[in-house]
Amino acid sequence: MYSPQEYASMDYLAIDRLSKQFSAHGQAACKDISFAVGEREFVALIGPSGCGKSTLLHIVAGLSAATSGAVRFKGAAVTAPRPEMTYIFQQYNKSIFPWRSVIDNVGLGVKYRLQLPRPEMEKLVREQLKRVGLDRYADYFPYQLSGGMQQRVAIARALARRPEMLLMDEPFSALDAMMRVELQDLLLSLWQQVGLTILFVTHDLDEALYLAQRVVVLSASPGTVAKIVEVPLAYPRSQVATRREPVYLELRAQLYRLMVEQVIAGRAEAP
Amino acid sequence: MSSRVIHWMESSRASGVLLIVLLLGFWQFSALYLMDTPTWPPVTRIFAVWYENVVDGTLIRHLLATLWRQMLGYSLAVLLGITLGVLMGYYRILNNLFEPLVEIFRPIPGPAYLPVLILFVGIGHEMKVVLIMIASLFPILLNTYGGVRSIDPVQLDTARTLGLTTAQTMREVVLPAASPQILTGMRISLAISLILAILSEMIVSTDGLGYFTLLAERTFKVPDMYAGIFTLAIFGYALNRLFLLGESKLIRWHLESSGRR
Repeated sequence: MYSPQEYASMDYLAIDRLSKQFSAHGQAACKDISFAVGEREFVALIGPSGCGKSTLLHIVAGLSAATSGAVRFKGAAVTAPRPEMTYIFQQYNKSIFPWRSVIDNVGLGVKYRLQLPRPEMEKLVREQLKRVGLDRYADYFPYQLSGGMQQRVAIARALARRPEMLLMDEPFSALDAMMRVELQDLLLSLWQQVGLTILFVTHDLDEALYLAQRVVVLSASPGTVAKIVEVPLAYPRSQVATRREPVYLELRAQLYRLMVEQVIAGRAEAP
Repeated sequence: MSSRVIHWMESSRASGVLLIVLLLGFWQFSALYLMDTPTWPPVTRIFAVWYENVVDGTLIRHLLATLWRQMLGYSLAVLLGITLGVLMGYYRILNNLFEPLVEIFRPIPGPAYLPVLILFVGIGHEMKVVLIMIASLFPILLNTYGGVRSIDPVQLDTARTLGLTTAQTMREVVLPAASPQILTGMRISLAISLILAILSEMIVSTDGLGYFTLLAERTFKVPDMYAGIFTLAIFGYALNRLFLLGESKLIRWHLESSGRR
């Protein structure tokens, strides 16, 4: 893994004084946010609900425009979705198209991008399904799968596009606890195997700490960067052992206090 | 009633079929013994006349004439309705441009267009096709529009993150996502198209089931009239059945996931 100095210098994805206001005189969703993500880094973004973390991720993905500030990916401003980045939505049951079988959902990720002949595309798709443990479910339809399996389909579809970066918007928060834990470990192993950069939005600080190398904490509405915390825990991480480590527990307490402060500050400011 | 009868009535629709048979039996009985009038012929006589008309090709010819103009008008309505509905649902500008116009034309009952059409298109085949098309258009248009408008933003964002162009998004996301509502509109319009086909044939025509049925009444061939109506019942039923069959194949994912199967 990289040392903090190494990835700080890479400046792979740069978010530069980004603000978003929904209407001319409406309240800002996020304000003056700046941080960077290094290549192959895993960064989690947490904050109280309504702090604009999903809005921020939308802007980073090029799905909506910022009011001011800029997002730069490898030096170029992001103004529309880029093929190197793939977005994973919280609502997997919407993002996975119910009218397509599992294999066709994953195939849609590359159908227009790679222009592969049918057998090669099928091979590529089946490889991705194998990676997420769904190779036996290729011909199933989404309604026949559990929530966790549906989100695996979304991850397989993202991987088929050979992305450099995954933008994940609370991808596991609609899943039950066991599924969530399983998918967290799957994601970590994919991150290490494939060599991805991941920006992961969550409201769950345990999830953020368990997964990420750095955690960016946003303040309550309008969201600003309250703190950036390094997580010096070794990979591979373990659901039992890592969560018992003194460093983990100390960081958890620290982040918890920070989050509570943000929530209280947010309430005090609310009209 | 014994519990076995109740169970039988709950578990199948056989009782409904039996009811039809009983009503036909009552019709037969009343026509033979209670109401001795030419306007109420026995069912057996109607079926005999129906059989004659099928065998000598008369009913088949009229049925095909009706089917042809109905399907022509209906297909045009489907094409136009889906195209306009998708465009209006997808592009706010087109919605603002066309929505008031649609709202003005929508409440006009289909048959009200008939006098205007006779003036401009004449009384021939084209007039009937256009009438059927206009009356069938609105349910398809409005349902398509509603279906496209209610597409979840996440689905459209997904299309964007997958780098789909507008045309690809229409094909891969918009049309399939709206297909349950589009098919609902198409089913409503299928019934409407038959109504308008029959109506236009009754008003001015030389063929079709509407023409056949009304002519039979006017020439005092009452059993033929009932034979025409029976044919229409069977025809309409078959059309709807066929449609449902196609629908269950096309949107199986929707019916299965919403537990309608």
